[in-house]
Amino acid sequence: MTLFYALIALGSLALIFGLILGFAAVRFRVESNPIVDQIDTILPQTQCGQCGYPGCRPYAEAIANGDEINKCPPGGEATVKKLADLMGVEAKPLAGGEQAEPVKTVAYIREDECIGCTKCIQACPVDAIVGATRQMHTVLIDECTGCDLCVEPCPVDCIDMLPVKETKQTWKWQLNAIPVTQVD
Amino acid sequence: METLIEQIKQGKVWPFAGGIHPPGQKQQSTSRAIERLELPDKLVVSLKQHIGANGKLIVEKGQSVLKGQALTKPSGNWSVPVHAPTSGVITDICPMPSAHPSALPELSVIIEPDGKDTWCELNPVDDPKALSHDELVDIIHQSGIAGMGGAGFPTYVKADTRKSIEFLIVNAVECEPYITADDMLMREHAHGIIAGIELMQHLLNPTLTIIGIEDNKPEAIAAMQQAAKHNESIIVQTVPTVYPSGGEKQLIKLLTGKEVPSGNIPADIGMLVHNVGTLFAINQAVYEGKPLIERVVTVTGNTIHKQGNVWALLGTEIKHLLDCQGFSPVPQQRVVMGGPMMGFTLPTVRIGIVKTTNCILAPDHQELAEPGDEKACIRCSACADACPASLLPQQLQWFAKSKEYDKLNEHNLFDCIECGACAYVCPSEIPLVQYYRVAKAEIKEQQAEQIKAERARERFEARKERLEREQEERQNRHKRKPATKSSDEKQKVADALARVKPKSDDKDSKSAVAAAIARAKAKKQGAELEPDNSEVAKERAARKEQARKYKEQKALEQSEETVDKDDKKSAVAAAIARAKAKKAAQATEADNATDAEPEAVDDKKAAVAAAIARAKAKKAAQATEADNATDAEPAAVDDKKVAVAAAIARAKAKKAAQATEADNATDAKPAAVDDKKAAVAAAIARAKAKKAAQATEAENATDAEPAAVDDKKAAVAAAIARAKAKKSAKEQAETESATDAEPAAVDDKKAAVAAAVARAKAKKAAKEHAEQQAKNESADTHGTDAHSDDSSTDEPEAQQIDNTPESSEDKKKAAIARAIARAKAKKLQQEGTDKS
Repeated sequence: MTLFYALIALGSLALIFGLILGFAAVRFRVESNPIVDQIDTILPQTQCGQCGYPGCRPYAEAIANGDEINKCPPGGEATVKKLADLMGVEAKPLAGGEQAEPVKTVAYIREDECIGCTKCIQACPVDAIVGATRQMHTVLIDECTGCDLCVEPCPVDCIDMLPVKETKQTWKWQLNAIPVTQVD
Repeated sequence: METLIEQIKQGKVWPFAGGIHPPGQKQQSTSRAIERLELPDKLVVSLKQHIGANGKLIVEKGQSVLKGQALTKPSGNWSVPVHAPTSGVITDICPMPSAHPSALPELSVIIEPDGKDTWCELNPVDDPKALSHDELVDIIHQSGIAGMGGAGFPTYVKADTRKSIEFLIVNAVECEPYITADDMLMREHAHGIIAGIELMQHLLNPTLTIIGIEDNKPEAIAAMQQAAKHNESIIVQTVPTVYPSGGEKQLIKLLTGKEVPSGNIPADIGMLVHNVGTLFAINQAVYEGKPLIERVVTVTGNTIHKQGNVWALLGTEIKHLLDCQGFSPVPQQRVVMGGPMMGFTLPTVRIGIVKTTNCILAPDHQELAEPGDEKACIRCSACADACPASLLPQQLQWFAKSKEYDKLNEHNLFDCIECGACAYVCPSEIPLVQYYRVAKAEIKEQQAEQIKAERARERFEARKERLEREQEERQNRHKRKPATKSSDEKQKVADALARVKPKSDDKDSKSAVAAAIARAKAKKQGAELEPDNSEVAKERAARKEQARKYKEQKALEQSEETVDKDDKKSAVAAAIARAKAKKAAQATEADNATDAEPEAVDDKKAAVAAAIARAKAKKAAQATEADNATDAEPAAVDDKKVAVAAAIARAKAKKAAQATEADNATDAKPAAVDDKKAAVAAAIARAKAKKAAQATEAENATDAEPAAVDDKKAAVAAAIARAKAKKSAKEQAETESATDAEPAAVDDKKAAVAAAVARAKAKKAAKEHAEQQAKNESADTHGTDAHSDDSSTDEPEAQQIDNTPESSEDKKKAAIARAIARAKAKKLQQEGTDKS
């Protein structure tokens, strides 16, 4: 008889917990891998494809699935470091031996030479180029991520990547300036 | 327990933590009254002299402006206008070095004064209390007033605050050494400042207004108390001289004992702080209608002879200011904008005064020594003791050096007011503030980048979504087309079958024959290619029948509806079609009938039938060029015959195109339906052509030489006839295109496409033909071959040459030739029937 009580008690407990677990699984379902979102926010979102993936999110997914973290030249060492912290792996130097600080650039279309082929518009991953067929195109500087993807398709090579101009807002004090002392 | 207001009224102050006591150095510049400078040669008015957006430029180069005239108008958030400080001519509008440690160029209006100093029309308000809140705020806004204490925050934003304000605090502390601009202003214009305070009281309705003045300015305190005597709600509070009690949050703590929470603004706790200079500017703007075009600037330092305060027009170059006050620079002279604690060394003295410039300090090397070399931090914690914001400067320094921005945020770096007290007390001469400034700039940049990255991601995702949607739409478009077509076809087939049935019931000999042919064909094909597709064959036969009927119908329609030219053409077309149909039926019939003896004739017939079928196929193909365009791909074969065939095919295609053109011109609406029908017809015709070719093949295999020769002759004859027909058709087309130019262009295109399709088909057919002939004619003489080749190649060329001069004669010739061709065809046909 005690055996039956024990079985009933355990069985009902198992049933209750099973129901709770089942409910929790449905109620608190995790839609996507949260690590991918975290990685995605660290990546610079230039959508340049230099990592070999078509955009930042695919690379984030690849990292989550175990790809190398040092394939993002626009992010530079800082991004690698952050990714290393997040993923709990060793920070590596950038693949391809990129120099330390990537210079931020924006595309500039030499408008006199533009023939209006719309090829760059199609190449731009963030729709930062405006123009129409046989009309002059121009770059929305505020939206340009400096990914270089528009340079290659241009049939007349009228797109330059210019370094971003320094403004009062982006200016920084130079602490490592060499102090000049006059000796006389 | 006394209330807070009572405590304040009793003169209680709540000292803040930290603070330093640097030497005041104020007496040098308070000895003389505020002077007015002579007009400079030029004024460089920067468009952005405050925190917020630039105004929109409303003047242009070469324009004459009056004193007080607006140069920009506000646009966007926190944008305040700038005004012409004097009357004169705008000589240029260009980027000029700005009043910033970097001196990065900022768009500026350069005004050459005309010396007359003529005011523009001013609109002083005598009774501001009669104005509405918004009107008053608008006056402040349009007068271009921004905080004159140093930050340059647009005053109208503060004046328009919707939060209830308990304490209006007037910042008259002026705690930084050397600066006496506010002190002198209070001494000389206390009544104006009080009037400005009362305007703000009117706008904000504070419970109490507290004017905080350091105890090192007794004259100013006296003047302000005198001026504020009539107003009970204004309290002049004397505060001890501690640097930096002039900081906004420090002053609030000092006067009310309350602290502004980190990350909040004073308005959140019911406080609002205004500088005395700002309040005086408000007074000027409202009561005199004068916009903010000048301010008091302290010009001091040991290299200045006449140290004191001056009314400087905004845009006055610092060089002019220094020169007017007598300036004898020392080697490596530094000129600092602002005070010695928070000011910055200017890279050039060719920079205009802005709304926030309160002091120009030109010290010699004794009074303001160059900072020595940075030494290691000894962790003395003097900086932490001095920090008025109760931060940990030493920790911040470590984190700033190692670029640990998260940690900096955790240690509330953004609460640092950059007062420089920590650096002032640092025994190791570490430029702590510089580290914080760099770190702040870095963090701000990162935040900006983060925002930009977020936006880039959104845009990228939006684009991806758009592309996917477009692709899906495209696919759907492709999918829908064939689907509707097939259903249409089925419907049509069903219709045709329905129509065919009664006919066969009526024992219509023709349709019966056709059915028989179809069955026979189906059997044959089924035997050869696939087992049991008699059903398909039946369908095909039905379709063929239908197409034929449709053609006749169309021809009839056309002959009824259209004008004579088209009428003739369509009639001819219809006739030809009928004749062809008959011929084809007979030919196949003859073929299918026991074809023992008259192989040669059969052969000819077959050839004719094949030609007709091909022609039909081409004609039909014209209608469906777009669909068949993909057919144009097949590989090119370098064969003379191919070329010849191609030429013929092209000719045919042209002719066919004309016909369809005519059709399209006459009835545009049923065109789509016609297209489909024609496509069906094309399928039938192609099938026929194949069959005919097969038949010829089979026959060629059985009887060797004579048949081949005959075949060739017939082919040549057919080619000639066709070419001629083409010529006439072309001429017709030309006359047509002359009458209506617009459709001609479209038709040309169609014809071109059709020609391409036809060429591709012809190539295929010719290849098949050639292969088969190569097999069959192993014993054949090359003479006939060459002959046929020559004649057929020559013919189109000759025709082309002939075509260039178009005349009615040619047309006639063509007509004759066509007639001959038809006669020949008939003859052949007759012979065939006779023999069979």
